[in-house]
Amino acid sequence: MPTINVKRDELFRRLGTTYTDAEFDELCFEFGIELDEVTSEAEQIAKEHGGRAADQSASTSVVYKIEVPANRYDLLCVEGIVQAILVFLGKQPMPTYRLSTPAAPVPVTFTVAPETSSVRPFAVGAILRGVTLNPERYASFIDLQEKLHQNIGRRRTLVAIGTHDLDSVRPPFRYVARPPDDIRFRALNQPEALTATQLMRVYATDNHLKHYLPIILDSPVYPAIYDTDDVLLSMPPIINSHHSRISLATRNIFIDITATDLRKAEVALDTLVTMFSCYCEEPFSVEPVRVVRNGEERIYPLLTTRTESISVEKVNKVVGISETPEGVARLLERMGLGAVATSATVSVTIPPTRADIIHPCDIYEDVAISYGFNRIHRTIPPTNKVARQLPLNKLTDLLRMDLAAAGFTETLTFALCSRDDAGRRLRRPDRGDTATIANPKTAEFQVVRPSLLPGILKTVAASRKMPLPLKLFEISDVVVREHGSETGARNCRSLCAAYYNVTSGFEVIHGVLDRFMQLIGVSDYRLEGSDSLPPYFQGRSALIRARGRVVGTLGVLHPEVIHNFELINPCSVVELELEPLM
Amino acid sequence: MSGSLEELILNSLSEGLELNTSDFANKEGVDHQLVVGTVKSLQSLGDIVKSEQINRRQWVVTGEGSDIITGGSHEFNIFNKVPETGGIPQKQLESLPNGKIGLSKALANKWLRVDKSSGDAVIHRKTGEVTDDVKVILEQLQSTSIDGVIDDKKLNDLKRRKLIKQIETKSYSVSKGSEFTLNPVRPETDLSPEMIASGAWKNLRFKPYNFDALGLPVSGGHLHPLLKVRTQFRQIFLEMGFSEMPTNAFVDSSFWNFDALFQPQLHPARDQHDTFFLADPATTPVDSLPPAYLARVASVHSEGGYGSLGYQSPWRLDEARKNILRTHTTGTSARMLYNLANQPGGFTPAKYFSIDRVFRNETLDATHLAEFHQIEGLVADYNLTLGDLMGLLQEFFKKLGIEQLRFKPAYNPYTEPSMEVFSYHNGLGKWVEVGNSGVFRPEMLLPMGLPEDVSVIAWGLSLERPTMIKYGINNIRDLVGHKVDLQMIYNNPICRLDC
Repeated sequence: MPTINVKRDELFRRLGTTYTDAEFDELCFEFGIELDEVTSEAEQIAKEHGGRAADQSASTSVVYKIEVPANRYDLLCVEGIVQAILVFLGKQPMPTYRLSTPAAPVPVTFTVAPETSSVRPFAVGAILRGVTLNPERYASFIDLQEKLHQNIGRRRTLVAIGTHDLDSVRPPFRYVARPPDDIRFRALNQPEALTATQLMRVYATDNHLKHYLPIILDSPVYPAIYDTDDVLLSMPPIINSHHSRISLATRNIFIDITATDLRKAEVALDTLVTMFSCYCEEPFSVEPVRVVRNGEERIYPLLTTRTESISVEKVNKVVGISETPEGVARLLERMGLGAVATSATVSVTIPPTRADIIHPCDIYEDVAISYGFNRIHRTIPPTNKVARQLPLNKLTDLLRMDLAAAGFTETLTFALCSRDDAGRRLRRPDRGDTATIANPKTAEFQVVRPSLLPGILKTVAASRKMPLPLKLFEISDVVVREHGSETGARNCRSLCAAYYNVTSGFEVIHGVLDRFMQLIGVSDYRLEGSDSLPPYFQGRSALIRARGRVVGTLGVLHPEVIHNFELINPCSVVELELEPLM
Repeated sequence: MSGSLEELILNSLSEGLELNTSDFANKEGVDHQLVVGTVKSLQSLGDIVKSEQINRRQWVVTGEGSDIITGGSHEFNIFNKVPETGGIPQKQLESLPNGKIGLSKALANKWLRVDKSSGDAVIHRKTGEVTDDVKVILEQLQSTSIDGVIDDKKLNDLKRRKLIKQIETKSYSVSKGSEFTLNPVRPETDLSPEMIASGAWKNLRFKPYNFDALGLPVSGGHLHPLLKVRTQFRQIFLEMGFSEMPTNAFVDSSFWNFDALFQPQLHPARDQHDTFFLADPATTPVDSLPPAYLARVASVHSEGGYGSLGYQSPWRLDEARKNILRTHTTGTSARMLYNLANQPGGFTPAKYFSIDRVFRNETLDATHLAEFHQIEGLVADYNLTLGDLMGLLQEFFKKLGIEQLRFKPAYNPYTEPSMEVFSYHNGLGKWVEVGNSGVFRPEMLLPMGLPEDVSVIAWGLSLERPTMIKYGINNIRDLVGHKVDLQMIYNNPICRLDC
């Protein structure tokens, strides 16, 4: 869930009301956002620096950290939150967004060159005219771009935004891809012009930008946006030019969005222009840009307003309320949707801010939120069913109790372990038959355990202080690779018991096996001595054969295994599969 | 032995008025603790003897002190190393064993003096004869152990030098009690089969029990606390008529884990940072996935349908075939719902639950591990409402001892409406999140072939969190994994969630 920081006083000024923290928290709860933390810039800096005294210049004015749903891009800035809350409280209608008529006879053209398809194929654009910025608005504008980069843009991989002072450049604009040495410009806040290759080297140590470099670093061509005079505006998704940067004095803003996913670019553009068109000379109007790609023209931003007709009966059924069409329409208006009631349906107008609404069920949810989740009458569903346990889990639970009654204590160890735990430490040759993780963050999670034994032995190792003997067991799933299974790997319910003492106690473990067979009513089992079982000591291990197949092994662990798990005493174990014995 | 010691004590008391256990032990040459034990044992038989505790402090000579008694004090030895006439270089003296300390003490005693006139320091005698006071005092202390003879200043000096230390000894002054006798009768400690048979128990005295002592620890094993809680949750679902889903598959395809749930392919949860992908087996064979359903899922994602716009982004089969460690058990729920829709005779209502392990490639901290247990419940039936979901959750949480619930709108890619479940926590004095819930999206259900008027309401929570709250555990590693304290498992109470 994205979190945005909002200055409390500014928020309340915009809302025209003052709330206590508790009141505002309650309002957020009802609306479906969350007041996560009440803090201040100074407090946050102090927290980041481990509680040391904050920078004297940091502001101590109260900041609300508000968590918003991940699909509500229109709530990623204070402008959007304030508008949504004011509409929710019925204090303001939802504005209507529209495309303005361009000053020139044709809209500004933004051409996408075919060679961009190899690196970042899509671009869209729009113009905000006659904008009045101030430090707060400017900061919010930059913040929203950053939030969009992080969220819908997936850290700029999918979507990257550039904003420019339109009066510093000359349309039409071209989106091209060029070898990095052929791109040379003065990047934002850089002292001099550098080639793209040089810039990437400079940014390799930049704490903010270095994360985005890999998106294009290895591409033979880099994306770049130029104006008609070959002045560079931006090198997406990394950096804009210093030349076209916006300032507090900027009145006309050209927005470019480049992307690897067109739909996301369109949504990001709609979000940015709807949120900030309120500061235009003619509020809520956006000047279109003509984007030409592969010979096709499209006018951006889309600012699509859709209409969806929903059945009032269905809404009432889904939510569990009984509202009239008019009632439903009123509820929806509070959520920022246009709504007109007819006899049995409500015609709902979805503004361009609400890209999250893709199905009538999204509208039903808005009805429910607006009605108030906690006002809905709570009922018990009429569904009557006779319950059934999973036989394997039922057996597992029954066996667990009886193994505990037999004096063994249950462990709960991790299903993931290191390759070493699963192989070398058990003296098992690596046959490549273990389910292996591609992207582990630590060596502890390299493979899915093929046996419960490493976990139990690590438990023994961590229990040095405990009086002997240690008698431990676990019944849980291990994973084996199996060709022909659905995914190529399958779970296998396994039972493992270990006896750790100054004597090897093979007879104790043998007793556990006998008791286990007694418990599940299997009498035709036998031990088949085997010298070649990897974790065991020569001559002190056996295969367990039952129902015509090998179901497990038992024995005294090999001294090297004892040593590998940093143990000092002998240890006997039994490990077997449950499913063949069910 | 104890009999004879007991006799010795009683005889001694019958002859004199009282005795001190420590002096008595010294005199008889037995261990003091044995004497004290015998007195206590006599006292347990009635008021045969009285005792009063006496605390004594006394000085004893340390190991280094004993060495001085044999070999002389360091300062004395150093003094003797200085020739009667002429001097000796300070460095030479200091290089002797205990040279520095001996020299400094001898200088402080004004036995020696330093002459620096020739440049290097030379030590000369300042007096002809000296007596080794330190040794004398130590000898006195060792032989008499009597305080008060030597002045405190000297004692403190020796204490600072760690030559003596003060110890406290406890002894008892013992005197005759009102029931004093030379032949005490010992009460019986236990009832025997013979006493029962002969009736001897009628005339015997029995030793009282010490009810403050602990009993003998029971033998037997113990169940793991988290799994005890799992058992209770299974019980609750079974009481409510929910059947258990087969969730025994840690490795799943992205298709069932994400795509079937209408989770977009570009969703951050499908990132390397959040999900464990498998290197081996890396992909699910395409013929493992139901082809017609696969095609419907592909098109609802990319183009929409069933009343939905879809995500209007290309959908890639390669992405769906990637094997992962499941991030939730909801992939199994999807399979179960698909089976319900496609079973012979068509859909029938169902109530399902599961509790099993799920995996997240997350940053680990005190409350997050790479794996945890997810509890999941769902009901599939015609025309279920959001009110039904809330009512069901109310009943479910009541069985956990949670009465007050409220719901917050939330976002989840595969449920709409989605609700976070909050309960009022009396201890914390605030509402805390206890689970997530929602109604499965039509884009998830309709491609499976479920009838349009069937709704599926579902909820989920982790098993670890309520367990940690229940047992007051702050670090998840103290509950799960190989580093848990076995004593915690041994001592853990039974789990009753509703009290």
